[in-house]
Amino acid sequence: MKKVYAKPKSLKDAPFHYCPGCGHSIIHRLIAEVIDELGIRDKVIGIPPAGCAVLAYNYFDVDMCESAHGRGCAVGTGFKRAQPDKIIFTYQGDGDMAAIGTAETLHAANRGECITSIFVNNAVYGMTGGQMAPTTMLGQKTTTSPMGRRPDVEGYPLMITDIIATLKGAAFVARHSLATPAKILAAKRSIKKAFEVQMAGLGYSLVECLSPCPTNWKVTPVEAFKLLETRMEREFPIGVLKDVTKKPKG
Amino acid sequence: MKGTNALGEAAVQAGCRCYFGYPITPQNELTEYMAKRMAEVGGVFVQGESETASINMVLGAAASGVRAMTSSSSPGISLKQEGISFIAADELPAVIVNIMRGGPGLGNIAPSQGDYYQATRGGGHGDYRTPVFAPASVQELYDLTMHAFDVADIYRTPVLILGDGMLGQIMEPIVLNKKNKVKLPPKDYVLDGAKGRPSRIIRSLILDTREMEAHNWKLKRKYDLMRKELPLWEEFMTDDAKLVVVAYGTAARIAKGAVKRSRKEGLAVGLLRPMTLWPFPDEAIKSVAKNARLFLVFEMNTGQMVDDVRLVLEDSSKCVFYGRPGGEVPSPMEISRIIGRYWVQKEL
Ligand SMILES: Cc1ncc(C[n+]2csc(CCOP(=O)(O)OP(=O)(O)O)c2C)c(N)n1
Ligand code: SF4
Ligand SMILES: [Mg+2]
Repeated sequence: MKKVYAKPKSLKDAPFHYCPGCGHSIIHRLIAEVIDELGIRDKVIGIPPAGCAVLAYNYFDVDMCESAHGRGCAVGTGFKRAQPDKIIFTYQGDGDMAAIGTAETLHAANRGECITSIFVNNAVYGMTGGQMAPTTMLGQKTTTSPMGRRPDVEGYPLMITDIIATLKGAAFVARHSLATPAKILAAKRSIKKAFEVQMAGLGYSLVECLSPCPTNWKVTPVEAFKLLETRMEREFPIGVLKDVTKKPKG
Repeated sequence: MKGTNALGEAAVQAGCRCYFGYPITPQNELTEYMAKRMAEVGGVFVQGESETASINMVLGAAASGVRAMTSSSSPGISLKQEGISFIAADELPAVIVNIMRGGPGLGNIAPSQGDYYQATRGGGHGDYRTPVFAPASVQELYDLTMHAFDVADIYRTPVLILGDGMLGQIMEPIVLNKKNKVKLPPKDYVLDGAKGRPSRIIRSLILDTREMEAHNWKLKRKYDLMRKELPLWEEFMTDDAKLVVVAYGTAARIAKGAVKRSRKEGLAVGLLRPMTLWPFPDEAIKSVAKNARLFLVFEMNTGQMVDDVRLVLEDSSKCVFYGRPGGEVPSPMEISRIIGRYWVQKEL
C-alpha cells in the first residue's frame, strides 16, 4: 500500500498544545512539510516568537532559538549574517510582528535580509488572553476593545504585509487564508516559494496566514473557519502581493 | 592610539567577527572603526535600526558560535537591557561596551559613571549578573577587551566593558599584546542546522517552577565561580596608607594624580582601583582595610560604588564619599584637597 499521508520528519513526536481549531497547528505542519520537501532540515534555524507559538521549538525537529517578543527578525539577521549558508525562518504573531516588532521586521525586510517570516494573523493577542492586536478589525470586540475597535480611538488595522510589499528589500510577499483545504494548499505553495526565494538569495520573504483563534473569538472552530472567509479575508485580501521571480507583464 | 580604536582593534584581534550597533555619542568612533575593520577582515557589520535590534542581532550571532560585540552609550544601553537579560538566560557569550555619558534621560555627552548600578546589578530584568570590566587607560582598553571575549566564552555570559567619553577619546601609546592562549570550553550549544545530530533549542522560557528554580541556582553557582575567579584590581601605595582612595576608570586616573600630590605633602595615602566592578574586589578592600583607617570613594556620580565598599567594610564610619556627577572632570588638585580635608577632620 502506498503511504499518502504521514507526519512530516521535521516535526517531533509531540502533541500540540494549541486549542482545538487553532490555526497554529496547521501552519506548523505546512512549514514542516515544506522543509521536508526541500530537503533542508539540517540547514534550517527556526525562531519562534513570544505568543501562543512560543513553544514551537518543542514541535519542530530543527534547530530553534527563542526570541524576545517582536525581535525575531533581528535575531534572524544575526543568524543569517553569521551563517549565510543557513536557512532562517521566523514565526510571528500579529502582535509580535506588527506592534512590538514593527521596527525589527520592517528594517530586516528593507535590508533585504535573506530570511523568511511566517506571520500568523489571528487579529488578537492569543497568548495573553484575547486583547486587541494591531490587526484587530474595525468593530471587533476584544478584551481591551470591549466596545469594538473604533477608528477614532484605536485606529485602523495595520496592513504590515502590504507595507512590506512596497519595500525594495522584500522579494516575496503573500497573504493567505486557512479557510478551506484549497486555500491551505495555496498557503503551503507560498511558504515553499518563500523558502526558495531565500535560498536563491533574492531577499526577504514573508507569508501572512489569516488564522482562526476560536478561543478568543469566542466561537466554535467551525464558525471560526467561516469567519475567516466572511470577515478576515474582506479586511485582508489574500493573494501574492510581490514576487520578484515573476517578470511584470507588459 | 585612541581609546575607542584600541578597544575596537582588541575585539578584532580577539576574533570578533560580528559587530552590531546604533550610533550614539560619545562612542561613534568605535562603531565607525568596526565598520571599517569588519569589512577588512571579512566580518559582519550591521548598523541596526535601534539598540534593541542590535543586541538581538548579537544574540543570533552568538548562538551561531561567532564572537559578537555591540557598543553604545547610556541611553542605548538601557534599550539593550532586554536583550542582555535574554543572552544571560540563554547562557550565550557576548561583549557589550558602554561608553557612559551623563544622565538620567538624555543627560549630556560628558564623562560620567552614572551607570554603575545598572551595570553591576544585572541591568535588565531577572536574577542575573554580568562581569563588568572598567579599564582606566588605552592599554587596558585593549587588554581587558581581549580578556572580556575569553571570559564571555568561558562562562557563557554577556560581559560589559564600562568606560566614558574621556577614556574613549584619549590618545596613548600602547603595546599590541598578543592574545593569551586560553583553553575554551566546546561550543556545544551552537545552532548551525541539525546535521548529523539531534536538533537543539536555545530558550529562556521555563514554565515549570522547580525547573526555573534549578536554572536560577545553576546560574548562581556560575556567578559564585566568577566571584572567585574574576576580580581584578590595582593597588597603588596602599602598603602603609592610612587613607585609601577607591576609584575606577577615569576617576581613578585623577585619583592617582591626587594620591601622588598628597604623598608629596607627606600624607600616607594610597589608591585601590577596581578593574572589575562585578565581581567587586571584596578581598582587596578587606585586606587593605586591615591598615587603612579611612576609605574615600571618589566617583563621577552621586554615590553608587560606595555602597559596595561599605558592604565589604561593615563599618560605614570608615568610608566617605566624594562625587562629581555632571560631567565636570575634577583635577587631581581638587581631589588632593578633599584628601587633605578628611586627613585633618578624621585626625589621621
Ligand atoms: C516585552 C513583552 N511584552 C509583553 C509580553 C507579553 N506577550 C506575550 S505574547 C503577546 C502577544 C501575543 O500576540 P500575537 O503576537 O498576536 O501572537 P498570538 O498569541 O496571537 O499567536 C504579549 C503581549 C512579552 N512576552 N514581552
Ligand atoms: S488562544 Fe487562539 S491562537 Fe492561541 S492556541 Fe488558542 S486558538 Fe490558538
Ligand atoms: Mg495574534
